[in-house]
Formats: sequence, structure tokens, C-alpha cells
Amino acid sequence: MSAGFPNAFRRLCDEIGPVDAVGIEERVAKYATRSIKKASKITGLNLAVSMVDLTTLEGKDTPDKVASLCRKALHPHEGLNVPQVAAVCVYPSMVKHARRALGEDTAVRIASVATAFPSGQAPLRTRLAEVKSAVADGADEIDMVINRGAFLAGEYQRMQDEIVAVRDACGTATLKVILEVSELETYDNIRAASFLAMRVLRPGDFIKTSTGKTSLNATLGNNQVMLEAIRDFYLATGTPIAMKPAGGIRTAKQALHFLVAVKETLGDGWLNNTRYRFGASSLLNDLLRQLEKEKTGAYQAPYYFSEAAESY
Amino acid sequence: MSRLPITKTPKVYVGGAFIRSESARTFPLQDAAGNFFANIPQCTRKDLRNAVEAAAKAGPGWAKRTPYNRGQIIYRLGEMLEARQADMADALTLGGATKAAARKEINATIDRLIYYAGWADKYGQLLGSVNPVAAPYFNFTVTEPMGIVGVIAPDEAPLLALISLVAPIITSGNTVVALASSAQPYPAIVLGEMLATSDLPGGVVNLLTGFRKEMVPTFATHTHLRALAGVAGAEDCKALELGAAESVKRVKLYRTEVPVDWYAEKAQSLYAIRDFVEFKTTWHPIGA
Repeated sequence: MSAGFPNAFRRLCDEIGPVDAVGIEERVAKYATRSIKKASKITGLNLAVSMVDLTTLEGKDTPDKVASLCRKALHPHEGLNVPQVAAVCVYPSMVKHARRALGEDTAVRIASVATAFPSGQAPLRTRLAEVKSAVADGADEIDMVINRGAFLAGEYQRMQDEIVAVRDACGTATLKVILEVSELETYDNIRAASFLAMRVLRPGDFIKTSTGKTSLNATLGNNQVMLEAIRDFYLATGTPIAMKPAGGIRTAKQALHFLVAVKETLGDGWLNNTRYRFGASSLLNDLLRQLEKEKTGAYQAPYYFSEAAESY
Repeated sequence: MSRLPITKTPKVYVGGAFIRSESARTFPLQDAAGNFFANIPQCTRKDLRNAVEAAAKAGPGWAKRTPYNRGQIIYRLGEMLEARQADMADALTLGGATKAAARKEINATIDRLIYYAGWADKYGQLLGSVNPVAAPYFNFTVTEPMGIVGVIAPDEAPLLALISLVAPIITSGNTVVALASSAQPYPAIVLGEMLATSDLPGGVVNLLTGFRKEMVPTFATHTHLRALAGVAGAEDCKALELGAAESVKRVKLYRTEVPVDWYAEKAQSLYAIRDFVEFKTTWHPIGA
């Protein structure tokens, strides 16, 4: 297969166009210079809260930890008038505990990583069984990882077939396709993988940057490459695909920069939590911290917002 | 051949790095004769916020060091000042001090550092205690650092007063965000360069320069600052105390109206360390 790889990649690149890496870096550097203050800042922070996929993906997760995460998702802060987060994101074995904690009648959705997250290195039937069991336990959304090995070997058909198989296993659940950008090496590859995934997704399904389990996570640069892929795909086909950067977004300031990128690349149509999400565990705390600062005028200590309680 | 003059860009020492103000503002500093000397960073409340973040990062590591090691490092700071006396003397004479006065202030400052370096592994024994109780418990009280302390330094004795305020605070494992004298900020800039070479971990002492009236409200209200020390006028004292009450922080302020003799024996004491520690009392059962 690898002998056919250069040709396959070149054909794909010809179709979708290459990425101007220097241009992307220059473009995203400007996003950090926008002045967002007062009312627009509060609006942005609240919007970001409503877009958070509150995540816990650790070996040490317990049902009780997931339950307290769910309580936080439903009521992020008692003193602030903030919206609920978009979803909680947990491992498949925790989905039923999350469903019990959230109840059936809730706007907060349950997302579950599946398909042998984070490596994806398991037989397809095992991965599909994992997806089906998560959906049966009550997951509203499935975060799958693509087969990076197949992509890098040029086996695009196989990569797409696997996405289709997972999509069908999802039923009515929303699918999020994790490209794991840190393992794709180049912006051209990220754009190519985005297109391959989007071509087999349903309207409203997501493409997602990373698992959060590797050294390099969501950056403004790879977020921008994927947003532009979504824009070009939408203009060509009319199918709106949603976007979820994940991993490494820890501060409210970063979140606002990402929202600026969405606003200036895709426009207001994507500025809601059905089209854009943040996969993050500690971001919510910093968003609340900044909202409290805007409300009281005083800078807040992080330990008021359920950060790890160190004396400092 | 004539050389281009190479003048130094003064920068403040925050989080172990030399930075300009995030606002990019500066204010001109004149020497004693009224000639322009340099542009000093005019730090803002956001620089204060960033310095607090830096202090929070450095804090747990600094507090975990052994008291003996903290003493070594504060002593080393004294060594650095001793070795670069000439630089510091220039910085002090810039503000109008005579050479002799500058020398006197530097010597007193070094002695003050050595004094607190000595206390680092001893204050715990004197401030802590074993308490007699009427039950089968071993009851003891130990000290713990408070966290991040805000320091507002006065204009007189711009080096000695700053160190007299900062040294006892860091001795017990606290970290400091200090605002240097607005009238004489340059010694604090030079001090930052000495801190950087003194083995003191970056972020333990953060020195800002700028105007009081811009920073005092944030010192008062920032809830991550656990205590305030310094010298302030009546109005600033009131603002600081009101803000501190809101965020429940400890306040130890000298009033500008009451002159402090920083050279005096009583300007250094074990109780200056005690002002910024928390006491923790533990009841440990000892059986029948």
C-alpha cells in the first residue's frame, strides 16, 4: 500500500488544496491581539462555558468522581448566573454512572470516548462493540479516534470505511472524529484527514483535534486549519460540520482566542454549542474565575474554583 | 574612535524573568541633578496579576525546601549584594544619596539578609510549641507559610526598607509580590538582577515598579494575596484595609506619617517573621 501513498496523497491534495503554513501562523497570531473587554468579554466567557465538554479521562476515575463532575456540569457555580456546560465527556465504563447522576431529562449531554481511545489500536469489531455498548448505556455523543496508521500509510478508503462503520454503530448519537493532530505531523495532513472524515459525516457531526493524551494538543494553528477545512467543505457541499478543539486549553483567555478564530473564519453560525465545543477539564474553573472577577472587580484565587487545593 | 553609548533598558524581575510592563508603558526617571536617566516600566494591575500567578507557581516548591536550604539561599543573596556593592551604590546615589549614605544602606541591607538567613532554621523552634493538655494527647503547634504576600515599599531607604520587608516574609516559605518605591525604583531593578543570580527560585520574589495609585486597589482586593506588608499613607492604608477585610487577608502596615528607622535594631526581629506565618495545632493521641 505504501507504494501508492504519494500518488493517493497528491490526488487528495489536488482536490482539496494545500495549506499555507506560514500564512496560518501569521493569521492566528493576530487573533490574540483582539481587544475583548467588559460586556463582550462576559458574553464570550458565558458562551465558552456553554461550549465546554467537561472531561475526565483518567485511569483513576470512579463513579463518585464522575457524579461530582456531573453536578458541576449542571450547576457550574452558585454565585454566578452561568449556563450549564454542553456535555460531560467520560470513558465508556462511566457512561451509566454519568446518566444516573444527570438523569434522563437534562440538557447536558453525555459524550463518551470509544474505539480503543486514545490509540485506536484494537480490532474493528472490538471498537464497534465499545461504541454500541456506550450508546446503549446512554451516551448522546461518541468521540472516536481515527486509524492514524491507516491514514499515514495512505489507506484512505480503510480509514473512511472505519469511520462509516462507527457512524452507523452510533445510531442517533452524534459522532466526533478525533484526528489526533499531533500524530499527523503536518498541516497538509490535518486538512486531508479533515476532508476524508467530513465526506462521510452527517450534518452536525464533529471533527476534533486531539485526544489530550499526547504532548501536542489543540493549538490555534491546527484549529484554524480545521476551521478552514470546515468552511471550504461547507461552501462546496452545504453540509455544516462542527468542530471541537481538545486538550491544552486551560485559560479563559485561550478560549476567547479560539472563539475569535471561529467568529472570523466561520461566522456566527458556528458560535453555539451544537457547532463548536471545547474539550477540557480545567478550563471551566478558569472561565468561572474570570466571570467572578468581572462581577466583583477583584482578581480571584484559583482555589475558590475547585482547583487542586494546595495552600498556595 | 568614539563608541555609541550603550544604555541599559531597566526591566522588572517577575517569575524569574526580566520583563517590561504588559501595558508597554514606562515613566522617565531623573537622576538627583534632574537629568533624564532611564525609562522605568510602569506596571499595571495586570502585571500585578501576572506576578501573583508567578508567585503561586513558585510557592509550593519554596515552602517545601528545608528551612536550612532557605537560609543558605537568603545568605547567598547577601553574598551577591556584597559582590556587586558598586552597582548598587550607583543606583542609590542616583536618587540623591551620598556615597557614604549609600555604603551605609548597602551594609545594613546585607546584614539584614544575613540576620534572616540565620533565622530560617531557628524561628520554627521558637514560634512553635509543645502544649500541655489535660488529656492523653501530644499537642503541638507548628508554623506554616501563609502564601503570597503583597509588599508596598516606601520611598525612603529604597533598598534597605524593601529588603527589611521582604526578607522576613520569604524566610518562612512565603512568596512576595513587591511594589518598589515610585520615587526611587532603580535600586529595586538592580536588586532584581542580584536575585536572579542568588539561587532564589524564580517567582519567589517578584519586583514591580510603577505608581502606587494604580496598584493599591489591586493589592487590596486580589483574593490570592494572603497578606499585605509595607508603608502607606492614611488614604492608602484605608483602601488596603477595606480591601483586605473583603478578601480576609492579614495587614501589617507602617504609616507614612510615622517615620520608621530602618537602620534600628528593632527594624529586624523574629516577630517580623511571625507576622506572616499561620499556626497549626495538632492533637496526636498517645494512648492510655
